[in-house]
Amino acid sequence: MRGVLLIARRDLAAYFNSIWGYLVVAALLFFNGLAFNVFAMGKTAKYSTDVLEDFFYWTFGFIVAAAVLLTMRLIAEERQTGTIVLIDSSPLSDWQVVAGKYLSAMGFLTLMIALTGYMPALIFVEGKVSYGHIAAGYTGLLLTGSAVIAIGTFASSLSRSQLVAAVIAGVIVGVLILSWLLGRVTEAPLSDVFSYLSLYDRHFQPFQRGRINLEDVVYYLSLTFAFLMLSTRWMAARRWR
Amino acid sequence: MIQVSGLTRYYGSHPAVRDVSFRIESNEIVGFLGLNGAGKSTTLKVLAGLLLPNAGSVRIDDVDALEAPDSIRARIGFLPEDPPLYTEMRVRDFLLWAGRIKGRSDSQIKARMAEVLKICQISHVADRVIDTLSHGYRKRVGIAQAIIHEPDLVILDEPISGLDPVQIVEMRDVIKALKKHCTVLISSHILSEISQTCDRILVLNDGRLVAQGTEDELSNRMAGSNEIVLTVRGSRDALDKVLSDSGSVLDHDVRPQGDVWRATVNMAQDDREKLVWELVGAGLGLRSLGDSEAELEEIFLGLTAGTQP
Repeated sequence: MRGVLLIARRDLAAYFNSIWGYLVVAALLFFNGLAFNVFAMGKTAKYSTDVLEDFFYWTFGFIVAAAVLLTMRLIAEERQTGTIVLIDSSPLSDWQVVAGKYLSAMGFLTLMIALTGYMPALIFVEGKVSYGHIAAGYTGLLLTGSAVIAIGTFASSLSRSQLVAAVIAGVIVGVLILSWLLGRVTEAPLSDVFSYLSLYDRHFQPFQRGRINLEDVVYYLSLTFAFLMLSTRWMAARRWR
Repeated sequence: MIQVSGLTRYYGSHPAVRDVSFRIESNEIVGFLGLNGAGKSTTLKVLAGLLLPNAGSVRIDDVDALEAPDSIRARIGFLPEDPPLYTEMRVRDFLLWAGRIKGRSDSQIKARMAEVLKICQISHVADRVIDTLSHGYRKRVGIAQAIIHEPDLVILDEPISGLDPVQIVEMRDVIKALKKHCTVLISSHILSEISQTCDRILVLNDGRLVAQGTEDELSNRMAGSNEIVLTVRGSRDALDKVLSDSGSVLDHDVRPQGDVWRATVNMAQDDREKLVWELVGAGLGLRSLGDSEAELEEIFLGLTAGTQP
């Protein structure tokens, strides 16, 4: 565990020491705030619950984008600058390295998600929503962030170009988000598979509406574990290439 | 002691290193010579644990690198040609982090920090951000990260490339200082540097180890037993005539050296006594006679002859 924390702490510090981390935070808060005011709050009268649901809808999209942007540098940058040698020639296992990278990005993303908390708080000014709804929505955001960070970590391990890593992660996430469409145009059992894989439509909407289903939690955690495993295997395979 | 046996590494179907075996004793500085593509970097990467071999073994004090890769990596320090540095960190913080990922405790690293900073001559920049350092200092910080965990073997890939003459002299001192603490393996294209810093030399060519030994041993091997060097006082024409007419001289090369002539003579057989009589008989003053000693460049070119693209 010491090795995991060593990697995580250094990478987390790197986010705070670079302009990139602050840019992503600023962009997320700006666009999320804008979307909250224009679309979630709007100009017409709405139930507070609907405002909150819309807030989680928009925040889902921004968190997914932020997670892709945060993770593209994780391993690709180390390979680009050659610092991967420090890690590869250390006694740390590939699993420790991947877990440390994941934790650092997850830590930073959690902070970003926490910073969006003022928006649900604003709903209380003129309305009322349940704390359970807010907690369920934020649980969904954290689980979504976790899955996308794992996907981004994997994509970052595939290439030394951060741009390529971001594109690969974007494509994987895009396919997962749009897989509900594939589910509509295919027949069972394929349609069931595509429908189950849907990152937003099937698994985030319950959180958005204030429900926490075990099936959805398992889905996001499975996705996280699967892509972290793939990253580890890919890292290990590099010693043979 | 480092023992490499039958090391073989392929990239796809291309053999980068083939059946390379050598042994390095403790506290030796060994130089790795070879043309581009000879397999030096691949061998170094296998030794550093970055790549796995297709065949063969690497052992450090009887611990096999394949059986216990983590413990072997903890005993090796590696500096690639471009120092791997987190440039946003301060030197001291970076070295602390490098020691930690090599498995050392904070107290062990802090106890060693001052010595490492002194060996690498970077004490006065220890609290500076790495990004603000010159290339020479970055190289030294790179060496510091490679030795902060007290490794048994330090691998330095082109440690003086890109350094100015003053930095080269300083780096030479740093490398020599390492010898007191660990075994050092250096890869370099700068032959004079290998000559000045290394106890032994390994020559790789086309993925194979073609020679190993001290510079003198390699020099003798290349020079052969029938090439001699003479210094002679007298007429150049007379000297040329004696060497041309002598039945035992195959070819010769005469050059001025101050007020005498220096002749490199390749003999069909070791018939020096007869040649001395012929020179003295022609009225020439023989000042010295000895075996030819090839320079490292000549040795290197000789050992890798015929393989350059």
